[in-house]
Amino acid sequence: MDFGLSSEQTLLSDTVGRWTESECKSTRIRQIVESSDGHDRDLWASLGKIGVPGLLIPEVHGGAGLDVLDLALVAEQFGRGCVPGPFLGHAMATSALIAADHSQACARWLPPAATGEKILAFALGEEIGTWEPAQVGTSFHEGGLHGLKPLVAGAEIADALIVVARDSEGPGLWLVERDAPGLTTTPLSGSDGTRRVAALRFDGTPAQKIASGTSAAERARDLGLVLLAADAFGGAWRCLEMTRDYALTREQFGQTIAHFQGVKHQLADLTTALAPACSLWWYAAHALDQIPEQAPRHAALAKSHLTEIFDDTVRTSIELHGGIGFTFEYDLQLWFRRALFDRAYLGEARYHRERAATLAGWPA
Amino acid sequence: MNLSYSEAYQAFRAEVRAFLTANWTDADRASDPAPDPVKASLGSVVRADPRASEFRRQAIAAGYLYRQVPRRYGGAEQPADTLKATIITEEFKRAKAPAEILGQGPSMLVPTLLAHGTEEQRERFVEPTLLGQIRWCQGYSEPGAGSDLASLRASGVLDGDHWLVNGQKTWTSNAAEAKWMFALIRTEPGAPKHDGITYMLIDMKTPGIEVRPLRQLNGAAHFSEVFFTDVRVPRTSIVGERGRGWSVSRSTLKAERALIGNAGFARQIFDGTLALAQLTEVRGRKAIEDAVIRDRLTDLESRLLAAELNGYRLLTTNARGEDPGIFSLVAKLHTSTLFYDIARLAMDISSDRGLLAPGEPTAPFSGMLFEPYMTYYALAIGGGAPNIQRNVIGERGLGLPRDARL
Repeated sequence: MDFGLSSEQTLLSDTVGRWTESECKSTRIRQIVESSDGHDRDLWASLGKIGVPGLLIPEVHGGAGLDVLDLALVAEQFGRGCVPGPFLGHAMATSALIAADHSQACARWLPPAATGEKILAFALGEEIGTWEPAQVGTSFHEGGLHGLKPLVAGAEIADALIVVARDSEGPGLWLVERDAPGLTTTPLSGSDGTRRVAALRFDGTPAQKIASGTSAAERARDLGLVLLAADAFGGAWRCLEMTRDYALTREQFGQTIAHFQGVKHQLADLTTALAPACSLWWYAAHALDQIPEQAPRHAALAKSHLTEIFDDTVRTSIELHGGIGFTFEYDLQLWFRRALFDRAYLGEARYHRERAATLAGWPA
Repeated sequence: MNLSYSEAYQAFRAEVRAFLTANWTDADRASDPAPDPVKASLGSVVRADPRASEFRRQAIAAGYLYRQVPRRYGGAEQPADTLKATIITEEFKRAKAPAEILGQGPSMLVPTLLAHGTEEQRERFVEPTLLGQIRWCQGYSEPGAGSDLASLRASGVLDGDHWLVNGQKTWTSNAAEAKWMFALIRTEPGAPKHDGITYMLIDMKTPGIEVRPLRQLNGAAHFSEVFFTDVRVPRTSIVGERGRGWSVSRSTLKAERALIGNAGFARQIFDGTLALAQLTEVRGRKAIEDAVIRDRLTDLESRLLAAELNGYRLLTTNARGEDPGIFSLVAKLHTSTLFYDIARLAMDISSDRGLLAPGEPTAPFSGMLFEPYMTYYALAIGGGAPNIQRNVIGERGLGLPRDARL
C-alpha cells in the first residue's frame, strides 16, 4: 500500500512546472487573455512537444498512455501557473473518445489529438446547472443533431466536438467536425480569459455516432471534475505562496506584515484547509484509474471542496495584499478569475455535494 | 500509488481474522463495555482487566499490536507496513477486541522512553504501560504556564538521593486514576527558561501529592489540579539529562499532536452523526432528507476524507523516510476543527432536543452526541491551543517570522 507519487510522477510534475515557469510568464498570460480567441498556437505547440495533449491517449494511437493521476498532476501545475488554453476540454473529449472505443473515430482523431495538431472539445451541459449525460435534450434525428449547448469550454478553436446527445435508443456520443453544416459557434465573454467558453447550436448538423449509453460521457465528466479540483489546488497553493512572499516583504508600522500574528494566523488557516485536501483529488484521480466504482462520488467531493477552498484562498489573499491585490496590474487577479471558472464550470459545489449524497444512497 | 490489497494482504487479513475468532470469543465481547474511542483518546476508558491483558499479550506475540515497539520491551517489533496496520485496526474493531491503548502512556510516554529513557526505565515501564496496567498522567501545564509552557515554575531541588518537588500542575487528565505522572520540573533556577527543566517520572502515591478534580464546562471531571508539597522523587527517576527536559518533552508533544491529529475520532463521530440524521425525524421529516443537512454532511465528509487520506499520505512519507513537511504540521488543527463542525451538525440535527443532557432517554441517541460536542475543546486545546498550532504552521511550515518570545 502506498499513497504517494512515484518518482516518474514527481518528474512529470516538475517538468510541467518548469515549463509553465519558462513558457507561461504573466506577460504572456495577459496577452493571451486579451487576445480574441484566447488561444496561443505557439504555446499549445510547445505543450505538444512535451506530450501533454496526448498524455491519456494510448500509445497505439501516438499518445503516452498514462493515467488520470498523471494528467491531474499536469492540471495542478496548470492551475499553479494559470496556464491558458484548451487543455480541459481537450482532455475531457479525448477521454470520452477513448472510452467510446469506436475504432474508426479513434484511428482518425486520436493520433492528431495526441500531438496537439487537432484540438477536441466536449459538449455536455445544457439546462442551467445540470451536467448529467442522461438528462441531455440535444437529439439526433432526420440525419442530424438538433439542440443547444450553451457553455462549452474550448469550443471556438476545436477541430472536432464530442457531443452528448440522444436518439431513439437513448443517450450516446456523437462526433461533429468543425466545418459541419448547421453548426453555429458563439464565443461568450467569460470572467476567466484563460479558459474560453462558447455556445454551440446544432440545426440538423451531420454527426457520427461513436457510442451508446452514458458511461463514456460520465467518465469524461468525472475526469473534468478531477482536473478542475487539481487546477484549484495548484491555483490556491500559488496564491498562498504569493501572499506569504508579499507578507515577508511588505513593511508597515516599521516591520514586515508577516510579523503580525493576525496575518500569520490567516495564512496558517488557509494552509490548514488546503494542504490535506490535496489527497482528495489524488484519490479521486486514482479512483478513475483503479477503483472506477468509487470515482463518480469522489470526483464530485473533490471538485466541490477544492474549488471552494480556491475561492476562499483567493479572497483572503487579496485581503492580505490590501489595495494592490485589488488592481488589474497585480497578478493575483488572474487567479481570482481562474477560481471563478473552476468553481462554476461543470456545476457549482452545492450541486456536486447533492450528487454525492444521492450517490451514497441517502434517501432524499 | 497503489491502494489495492494484494493476495498477500488478503491472506494477512484472513490470518488476523482467524486469530481473533480463536482468541476473542463472544463471551469476551459480552464482558466488554463498548469502548468509547473519544474517551479512550483522553485516557479515561481503557479496558485493562486481566483477561484483556492476557489477550493483548497474545496479540502482541502474534505481531498485531504495538508493532513499532521492540520485542524486548514488550512490543511486537514489526516492519512498518501501513496496510497491515490498517487491516489490523479494521479487524480488531470488527471483532470488538482490545486493541492498542490510545492513552497518554502508550502514545506519549512510551515513545519518549524509547528515545530518551534508560534501559532500566524501559524495562520497568514500557510493557505494563502498553498493557494498560500502569496508567499515566501528564504534568506539564501550570496555572501560569499554558501556551508558554517553558515558563513553568514547579521546582525540584536535589536533596541527597532525592529531588524535593514543590509546586502545582493543572489540567492534568486522569490524575485521580493514574499510578504515575511524567512531569516537567524546574531544577536549574538560574538557567535560561528552556534550559532549566528536567523530565521526571513521579509515583502518584508519594506522600505530599494532593489531587483536586477540576469540573469542566461539560460537567465531567477528566482533569485535576495536582499539588506537590515536599514530594521526594528518587534522583534516578528522570528521563534524559538533568536540565534537558524541554527537548525530551518536545518528542512527547509531537506524539500528542499525532494522536489528536488522527482522523479516527472524527470518522467515529461522523458515522454517528450520519446515523443520527437517518434516524431523527424533525418536523415530520427525516433529517437526512433535508437539503441543507445533506449539503453540510457531504461538505464535512469531504474534509473528513481529506484528513483520512492525508493520514495515509503521512504514513507513506514516513514509510519512505521522506519529510512530510507542512502536511503533518496542519493535521491536528485540521482534524480538531473538523471534529467540532461534525459535532455541531449533530447538535443541529438534534434540533431543540440538543439541550438535553447525556443519558436523558428522550434525547436522540440518549444525548450521547452531546459529549463529543464538548470533547472538541479537549481535542483543540490539548497538545497546544489552536493559536499555538497556527504559530507552528506559520513559522515552521510557511517560514514566517517567529513571534516575540521572552
